[in-house]
Amino acid sequence: MKNIKDYNLSKSQISEMYQGMLKIRYFENKVVELYSSGKMPGIAHLYIGEEAVAVGVCTNLTESDFATSTHRGHGHLIAQGADLKKMMAEVLGKETGYCKGKGGSMHIADFSKGILGANGIVGAGIPIATGSGYSAKIRGTDQVTVAFFGDAASNQGTFYESINMAAAWKLPVIYVCENNLYGISVDIRKVTNTKDIATRALAYDIPGIIVDGNDVLEVYRVTKEAVERARNKMGPTLIECKTYRWKGHHLGDPGIIYRSEEERKEWKERCPIKSFRERLLKENIFTRNEVVLFENKAKEMIEEALEFAINSSFPEKEEAYEDIFMN
Amino acid sequence: MKKITYAKAISEAIDEEMERDRNVILMGEDVGIKGGNFGQAVGLYKKYGEWRVKDTPISENSFVGLCLGAALTGLRPIVEIMYSDFLMLALDQIGNQAAKIRYMSGGQAKVPLTICTTIGMGRSTAAQHSQSLQALVCHIPGLKVVMPSSAAEAKGLLKTAIRDDNPVIFFEHRIEFNKTYEVPEGEYVIPFGVARILKKGKDITIVGTSNLALKALQAAEELTKEGINAEIIDPRTLVPLDRGTIIESVKKTGRLLIVDEGYERCGVAGEIAMSVLEDVFYHLNAPIERLTTANVPIPFSPALEFPLIPDEKKIYQRAKKMVRG
Repeated sequence: MKNIKDYNLSKSQISEMYQGMLKIRYFENKVVELYSSGKMPGIAHLYIGEEAVAVGVCTNLTESDFATSTHRGHGHLIAQGADLKKMMAEVLGKETGYCKGKGGSMHIADFSKGILGANGIVGAGIPIATGSGYSAKIRGTDQVTVAFFGDAASNQGTFYESINMAAAWKLPVIYVCENNLYGISVDIRKVTNTKDIATRALAYDIPGIIVDGNDVLEVYRVTKEAVERARNKMGPTLIECKTYRWKGHHLGDPGIIYRSEEERKEWKERCPIKSFRERLLKENIFTRNEVVLFENKAKEMIEEALEFAINSSFPEKEEAYEDIFMN
Repeated sequence: MKKITYAKAISEAIDEEMERDRNVILMGEDVGIKGGNFGQAVGLYKKYGEWRVKDTPISENSFVGLCLGAALTGLRPIVEIMYSDFLMLALDQIGNQAAKIRYMSGGQAKVPLTICTTIGMGRSTAAQHSQSLQALVCHIPGLKVVMPSSAAEAKGLLKTAIRDDNPVIFFEHRIEFNKTYEVPEGEYVIPFGVARILKKGKDITIVGTSNLALKALQAAEELTKEGINAEIIDPRTLVPLDRGTIIESVKKTGRLLIVDEGYERCGVAGEIAMSVLEDVFYHLNAPIERLTTANVPIPFSPALEFPLIPDEKKIYQRAKKMVRG
C-alpha cells in the first residue's frame, strides 16, 4: 500500500475527502433515525459502506463538470458539495428541499453543481451522462461527465448501448460502476458469468479498471487518470469499484436473508472511513484532535441540516401542478 | 408561396433552425449520408458535418437518452425515431426521463428536446411499421405532442418545437413525405395550442388529427354537394390541446366527429371527446362520434389494411349519417 503523501494531495484536499465521507455517513445515519421514528415519508436507499467511491471520484471534478446519480444517490450529491440542508429537507418532502418536495430521497438533483438528476430507473442515467459528454464535445469545452451506476445496471441495455457510442465517438465520460454485489437480493455472481464487470471494457476497446472501492485514495487515483484521458479527448473509461452496502437495498430491507453474516462482517471490517482515519493518524497527516474536530464539525452540519428540514414547511398542494413545463 | 414536398418542408425547418442556433443538432438512424429514411434531412449532413448531423447505432433508448443529456447541458437536439412503433424501444428515456426530469428536480432542469417520429398506414408495412402511437405519449405528463396536417404546417410547427424548452414529440405522416404542397416563402413559426379552422361550417364539426384534417376537408367538399356544411378543425397540437376552439365550434354546429388514425381504445379521439363533453353536452343534437383505426394489429395485405384506414370516404359517410340520421 502506498503512503498518503504519494497521491500528491494537499492537506486541505485530504481533510475535505475525510469530511466528505463523514458527512455522507452521518447524513445517512440520520436518515435511518428519521425513518425508524416514522418522521420520513417513503423510503431511501443507503450508501453506507460505499462512501469512498463518491468521494474518491468527485475529488477529481469541478462544479462545471457533470454527473448522473442513482437511486442510491446521497453520497454523490454530498461528495459534489451539495447543500445538506436542502438535501435533508427534500428527504422529508419539504418545500425548501432541492426539488420542492417533488423528488424525495431518490431524485435529489443539484444542476448548479452538475448533478443531472438521481434516477429511480436502474441504468437510465448512463445514456444521459453519455449525452452530457456529447454536448461537451460539440460545445468544445473540457468538461467531463461521470455516470455513477451499480452492478445491476451493467446488465441493462443502456450500459451496452451507451458505452458503445461513447467509445465510437471518444466522448469525455467516465463510467463508474459501484459493484456492491447485489441488485436488491440478487447476487451479481448468480446472474452474470464474468467475475468482474470492468472486463466488459474489452468489448468496446476502452480501458477497464478494477479498484478497491473502499480505498478512497485508490478510487481518487484511478479516476484522476480517467478524467485526464477524458479531458485530453482520449475517450471514455470504465471503472469498477468493488464495494459493499452495509444496509439492505432500501430502508426497511434488513439485507440479511440473501447475504451471509460472515460476508457482512467481513466487509464492515473494511470500513472505508475507519481505515482512512487510521492511515491519517498513522502517517501523521492529522493529529487525533484534528480528526475529532472534523468529526464534530460534520456531525454539527448534519444537526443543522436536520433542524432546517424539520422547521421547514410542507409545500402547498397547488405546488403539485408546477414545474411540469417550462414557459 | 412555393411548391415543395412535405419532406423538404421538414428539412427546411431543421436547416433554418440549425443555421439560426449552433446548439441545434440532429441525431438518429440514417439521418446522415442517407438524409433521413424519408428524405427529411437531405443535404444537412453535407452542410453541417458529422457531429451536428449524427448517424447513430440502432440503440433507440440510449440515443434518445443521449440527446436528453445533451439537452440538459446546453444543446437543443432533434432526435429522429424512424417509426412511432420504435418509440416503444425508447419509452423509458421518453416517458420516465425526458418527461419527468424537470418536475422531479423541482424545476431545475430545462429540456429543449424534439423527438421526430412517423405514423400512418397504407404502405403494406404490417404491424410493427404502421402504427400511429400518439395516444401513448399523450398519456404521459411532461410531453408536448404535435401532429402537423400538411407540409406548411409541419414546417412552422417543427420550428416552434425546436425552439421550445420542453420535450416535444413531433409526429410526421409517412404517406405525406413525397407529396408536394404549397408552403409560404420566408420564415414563419406556428404557435402550439392554437387550433386551425380549415373550413367554417354550421352543421357538424369534424376534428381531424395529422393529415386526416385534410381528408376531412375533402369530405367536406363532397358533403357540400349534399347541402351539409361542415366545419373542419385541425388541432395541430394534442398537448397542449386548444379545447376552446373545438368547444365554440360544437356549440354552433351541435355535432362533433373526431377522426384519428390511432387505435380506438384509450385513443386520442376518445380523449378529445371527453375533454370537451361537459362544455358542449347541452348544445349537442347528436351523440359525439369517432372514426379511428379498429383495435387490431395492422395487417400486411392491402386487402386487409386499406379497409381499416380512416379516409375521406368514411369521413363523408359518417358525417352524413350524423347529420341526416
